[in-house]
Order: sequence, then structure tokens, then C-alpha cells
Amino acid sequence: MELIFEKSRSGRRSGRVPDYGLPKPELPQDLRRALPPRLPEVAEPEIVRHITALADRTFGIDTGFYPLGSCTMKHNPRVNERVGRLPGFRDLHPHQEDEGAQGALELMWSLQEMLAEIAGLPAVTLQPAAGSQGELTGLMLMRAYFADRGEERDTIITADTAHGTNPASVTMAGYSLERVETDARGNLDLDDLRAKVNERTAGLMLTNPSTLGLFDEGIEEVARIFHDAGALLYYDGANLNAVVGISRPGDMGFDIVHYNLHKTFSQPHGGGGPGGGPVAVRDTIEPYLPAPVVARDGDAYRLDHDRPRSIGRVRGFAGPFGVFVRSYAYMRAYGPGLKEMSEVAVLNANYLLARLKDVYDLPYDRHCMHEFVLSARNLKREHGIAALDVAKRLMDYDIHPPTIYFPLVVSEALMIEPTETEPKERLDGFVVAMRRIAKEAAESPALLKEAPHGRPVRRLDEVRAAKQPVLRYLFDEHPALVEAE
Amino acid sequence: MSYLSLTDADREEMLAAIGVSSVEELFEQIPPGVRFGRELDVPRALPEIELVAHLSELANRNVHTGVELSFLGAGIYDHYVPAVVDVLLSRGEFLTAYTPYQPEMSQGVLQAIFEYQTAICELTGMDVSNASGYDGCTVAADACFVAKHTSGRAKVVVAETLNPQVRHVVKTYAGGFGLEVVEIAHRGGTIDPDELASASADAAAVIFQQPNFFGCLEPAPDLAAAAADAGAHPIAHVDLMSLGVLEAPGAYGCAMAIGEGQSAGCPPLYGGPHYGFFAARQEFVRRMPGRIVGETVDLDGQRAFVLTLQTREQHIRREKATSNITTNQTLLALAGLVTLTWLGPQGLREVGETCVGLTEYAKERLGLPLAFERPTFKEVAVRLPRPARDVIRDARGLGVHPGYAVGRDYPEMDDVLLIALTEKRTPADVDRLAAVLGEVC
Repeated sequence: MELIFEKSRSGRRSGRVPDYGLPKPELPQDLRRALPPRLPEVAEPEIVRHITALADRTFGIDTGFYPLGSCTMKHNPRVNERVGRLPGFRDLHPHQEDEGAQGALELMWSLQEMLAEIAGLPAVTLQPAAGSQGELTGLMLMRAYFADRGEERDTIITADTAHGTNPASVTMAGYSLERVETDARGNLDLDDLRAKVNERTAGLMLTNPSTLGLFDEGIEEVARIFHDAGALLYYDGANLNAVVGISRPGDMGFDIVHYNLHKTFSQPHGGGGPGGGPVAVRDTIEPYLPAPVVARDGDAYRLDHDRPRSIGRVRGFAGPFGVFVRSYAYMRAYGPGLKEMSEVAVLNANYLLARLKDVYDLPYDRHCMHEFVLSARNLKREHGIAALDVAKRLMDYDIHPPTIYFPLVVSEALMIEPTETEPKERLDGFVVAMRRIAKEAAESPALLKEAPHGRPVRRLDEVRAAKQPVLRYLFDEHPALVEAE
Repeated sequence: MSYLSLTDADREEMLAAIGVSSVEELFEQIPPGVRFGRELDVPRALPEIELVAHLSELANRNVHTGVELSFLGAGIYDHYVPAVVDVLLSRGEFLTAYTPYQPEMSQGVLQAIFEYQTAICELTGMDVSNASGYDGCTVAADACFVAKHTSGRAKVVVAETLNPQVRHVVKTYAGGFGLEVVEIAHRGGTIDPDELASASADAAAVIFQQPNFFGCLEPAPDLAAAAADAGAHPIAHVDLMSLGVLEAPGAYGCAMAIGEGQSAGCPPLYGGPHYGFFAARQEFVRRMPGRIVGETVDLDGQRAFVLTLQTREQHIRREKATSNITTNQTLLALAGLVTLTWLGPQGLREVGETCVGLTEYAKERLGLPLAFERPTFKEVAVRLPRPARDVIRDARGLGVHPGYAVGRDYPEMDDVLLIALTEKRTPADVDRLAAVLGEVC
């Protein structure tokens, strides 16, 4: 398929700007653009067809089953899109005076209240733009908290099952990293933990349930170990969809929690964003929250910028407001029934697990929470079929592959998260596909090795992409395609 | 509740397959001490009709640009978002896909990001662009991280004319990066290149904004040269909508070009979500933060697109990654691509010329003293006879939001009003602003 730049013809155009009859302005010569940018020159009909063709070559939740582990690919309710585009939200300038933004501020205040109740922690900032920025914010909060107490702590502990964002955030926040192992049941290894927590430890970053889809059965002891050492606990909310209304991070002992509004609370993933990563904290950490926060005085709401102990601002304005509208609408649609959302997410996952564990390896044989991790190592050992081949073959069944090769503690990992919005028929369809693929691995492995079939492209030469990077269209100098070997 | 599909019969069958008698049994792995023993204390569930009514009621309590003639800018601008953007936003495939980890199922979104990267490179004159950052603030912090690691220096210089929120975010991140942030004062609305040269001596980078926060045009080529001569990476924070008429940062020697993409393709939306763009010269590519899409071929030799250079990223490199970013702002970046395509080079130039023309018209028509005698793009800072906050309050009473009170960020300028003019404002709008300001000043 051609690039929009390749469809460009000199002299074509779509948008026009009104002619107000103003004199043509003169900009200083040295600041004026010398060569016009080579943006595409295309009339509107072909722009629409181009977007449509690109959409046709993209698979979303709307297309089919998308059990991508740890990403919570649930249905995105359309009413949220409708209310997200109300002019009173869409066309509201963020510098509008508080008095002219009362509806927006009330929505944010109410969202904070609901998030606080769900986390079991009293104070919330909505500012962070995504989960990973929530993590970084949480670590900055720890830094500010200890600095205020005159304590020098420089180490953060993460689990060996942690998302890659955890260690990356630790580095960005200027901390050093210590890793703790997972025990045979999939819990944090308490002996390893006790040996590593000391007066230099600032805190723990933990996903619970973990990326193995298992709730840490020793979480109360874990919290005790850290709190006894004067350290803090950070909850990575990537897997919160398992426990809303069932178990609260604050009650588990966590001091700082981030939410992924684009996972748990249905903000559409948008092909990779936008998201939202609010953070909730215990009252001892509240003074350090990013400014501004939404404050309430009687019936009036305002943005409070006067926060002398704040870590500062982590992004522009008060956060990704359009995401708040969607997540707020989602939470209001469920009300206290949010608990049922998590119950069904866990039921769906356990059902898939029960129906697949006899054909794929199950590294930790327990009931799972909202997701679970299987291993294709039995197929690899017996038939030379890797997790990647299983993933690619699933595409032939019109199913998006699960997360693969993660968490790192499981070889040939297939991390499967169905979410609560899938009907039983879709789950059964996945079971049939996965079982058939296991059979195909034995009977016709080439079918898997050559998968996918019938997609717009076959498997890609990813080494070439990295070794000879072509990261933009280069017009006349664009390299000609050389056939892969 | 209509988002769940399981029937009672489904549940029974599924529980039987699992081998448990109730859903509660599945939660027995949660220690009793941390189970939540009551119902969530959140407002009752609303059916869709009531939900829309409730959200509409909240929305109607906001004074938006459709009900008040607004000249607010200061980082977020009311440019026209073309209707074709709705084609993109309404396609469920784009809306509901995740990050394109599986390229065979994601060629559409991957190609669109590749096209977006190309458009950003063309506009900024840079070699490479990532797939987007969170906003115009966080991309500045990202740029500091790149600059530190490529220069080995531990200081960044930021212009006082750089958007205050961008400076705040850079300072918030700087502690963790081990970076010192030094601000350089403006002289009459812009930065002096000689002062910048001495401040840059041991700096990793210099960040300036063009056009700057006051709407003034910086002597950008001189600033970039001053920074580069001192061995600091020059970084321009630019507005995409200006780059049809203003020179590309790559053409005057910048190492990186970053900015807030909102003006191209996104409504104000009370501050977000929008997208930040991050472009750089080739030499920085392996230190760049965020997703990058590259072109390659498939087994049949067909052109194909894929996330590439992933060894920079957190899911591969973990604590050694160039950034922790995962979710970015893809959908909004693609709205930017569609908007820029709809405008094309000619439309973008017309937008720029209209902005400059309207701003010149406003200067003349308002007859207020200018805070700075400098050329401008789409914003002008004027001095008022009384505090800007009071003038804004009174003008709003007459249905016009006249602009931003600069004293919010620069306390010594509480009589300065920053007025933004996009191509959506008309000379008649400016006439009305002049009449209202005449009345309340």
C-alpha cells in the first residue's frame, strides 16, 4: 500500500483558510522558512480512503478477541466517546478561569473520590499521563517524603516478574535497583526479601496480582517487612482489573498506587495511547503530590496551585482531561457493580486456564486472577514450535495473540488476559483455536512456522529494520526495496 | 449493566469446568485480612440515558469557546480541527487497538505512525521522530535526558521565555536525572544570544521556544549558534502550526526539535490528552525515548512496517532503557498527521500567514501599549492600565475572554495580557475584543 506521501501530487489540496483580506505580513528574513515542508498534497476523497485502508489493516478490540496479557483489552463503551466530545468538555480551554470550568472540576473531583475509595487511600492526583508516568511520580513522591525526613535511601526493590517500566522508572527517578525473586508458588520470596530490605531501601514496587496473574499470598508480611524498615510500598496498578471492590491496595499495605485508566477504566488504547495514570497516596504523602490538585470549597471547585511541598508538575495542566471524562462515565455506568467487573474478569480467565492447562505447560498450578501465564515450552521441546509460532498462528484464527515472552521468569511464555467483556462463545473459540494449534504443532509444524497466512504482510525482517533503519519517507532518496532472502 | 455478556447458565458451566462452586472460591488466594468486606461507596449505577444527561449537565457548566469569544492561548490554541479527523477517530480499529507489537495485525497503525514521523521530520527539518510523547512538557524532560547522556554534562539551560509549565516539568524530572536547571532571563521579551553563550559554557543543552511564550520571535538561529559554539545541544521547542512560515529548527542547526502538538489536530479539551512530538538529528537515534516505527520487508519482500530499535526500550532494556514510556499518544499524533495532510504545505502556510496577519491587525486595532517590541507570530502581549486579572473578569462579563494573565507566571507582569489569534478568529472578532477592552479598561 502506498504512503500518503506517495499519493501526493503538486497542486492538490484539501483545507483552505478564509481570506480575511488582511495585508500579507512580512516576517524577518532570517526567521522565515526558506523551503516549504514536503507535506502530502492530497484532496479530501483520497485522504478518507487512505485512512479507511489503514484502518482495514489494523486489528482492534472492535475487530475481535484481543487477550493481550497485562493490557486489559476490554470493550470501550461508545457512550464514553459521545460524552467525551461534548462541546462543554472538548472546547474548554485549560486556562479558563476556575469559575468557568466548574463542571470539569466537579467531574475531576468526583473521579478522585471514586479512585480513592477503590484504592483505599485518601488523596489522589490525576496529573500523570500514563501508568509509567504514574510510576515515576510515585518514586518522586518517595524521594520527597524521605528528603523531608532527612533520610538517605537510594534503593528500590522490584520483583523479577515486574513490568519493564518499573526498573526503567527507577533509573529515571535516580534510584538504584534491587531485584527480589519469585518463589515456587509465584509469590515474592520472603527470605530473599528479608535479606535485601535494609535502611537504604526506599521502597518496593509491586504489581498485585503479579504479571503471573497470581495474588501474592504473603502480601501482609511483605508490607510488614518494608514498613518495619521505614520503607514505602508502591502498587503498580496495571493489574487492578482483578480486584476492584474485592481487595484494596491501601488495605494490602501499599502507600502509593497508580491506576491505568486505559486498562481498568476503559479509556480506549488508541493504537498506543492516550492513557491516564492517576496516583493515590496515604495522607503522610499527600503534601508532596504534584501541583495543581483539584480542591473543593463548599459547592465550588478550584485548582490549588499553592502546594509548597509538592514535587512539582509532571505534565501540562491538571492531566489528560478527556481520559477522565471517559473513565468517569465508565465508573458511573457500573457504580458499586464495579466489583462484578472484576469478578467476571477473574471468572473468564480461570475458565480459559481450566480448558487449556492440559495442552500447554502451566508453570504455577493455582487458580489465577484476571490473567494467567502458560508456557509453550512443551511444544518447543517436542515439536520445535515456539511461543512466537503459536502467536502468529492465532492470527489465522482471527484472534490477536496474547503477550508473549513475558514475564521473563517463564520460558516461552503466553500471557493471556481475556477481560470481563468477552462472552463465553469468544472464550470457547479461543480454546478451540489454542487446542487445535497444539495439535497442529505435532501434525503440521510448517503451518505454524509459516503463519500468519492471509494477513496483509507475512512475518517481517525485524533485524533489517534495526540494522538499516529507515525511520521516515525519504522522497527521491528513499531506498528501493530489496527482496528479503 | 450492558458491558458484560455472561448468562447464569454460562456462569454455571464455567464454574463447573474450573471445578469450583462459586466465584468467591477463586478469590481464596487473597488473604482474609486484605479482602474488602463491604460494597464500594461510589454513586449508584446510571443507565446510558441518565449517564448522558448527567455528563451533559456537567459539560454545560463549563464556559467553552463556543459560548464565549476566547483569545486564550499560552500553550493551547484554538486552531481548526478538520472534519476528516473524525474519520480517523471513529474507526474502531484505530481507537481500540493496542501498541502494535504484532506487526502482521497492525500494518495500518504502523504505517500511519511512519507517516506521522515523516511529517514531523519534514516540518522540523530533523532526521528522526519518535511516535509521540505525552505532551509538550514531558518531551522537554525527555530531551534533557538524551542531552545528558550524549554530552556527559550535568546542566541544562532553559530560556525564561520557555512556557512556564514546560520549565516546571523539566525541573521536576531533573532531580532524578542528576541535572541542574539554570534559567536565563529575557531582555525585552526575547533571549540575548551573548548572554546565552556564556550561560551555555558547561551545559548539556539549551532549550528555547520559537515563537516564545510571549508570542515573540526569538533570534532562534543566533541562539542555536550560541549554544552549539559552547558545546551545548540546541533544542528548539516549536509550534507545528508555525512551521509553514517559520524556519525549521534543523535548518538553523538545532540538535533536537520538540513541542506540544495540540495546535495541529486536537481540541483544547481542558488540557489534554494531546501529544508531544520529539524529533532529533540522526546521531541521537539510539538514545531517543519512546516508540519508533521503521520500514522493512516481509518474507515475500513486500514493504512492511514494524516497531524498531526496541533495544532502547523498557520492555527489553529495563533499567538501562532510554525512557520508561510505554503508552504514548498515538491516536492524537495520528489526528495531527491527518490535520497536516488536510492542510498540506500551502494550507499550513496560509494558517501561519493568517495568524501573523490577525496579530498585526490586533496590535493596530487594540491600540494598547505592547509589552515587548518584537516581531510576533500568533500571540501578542499588551500592557493594560490595571491588573489583567480584573480586566479578564470584567471582559468575561461581556462575553469575551480577552486572553491570559501573564502575571500568573511572571508576578512582575500582572498588567500584561497575552492575546492569542488563530485562523478561527476574524477581524470582526478582533474589533469586538477592542470594543470590550475599551469598555473595561
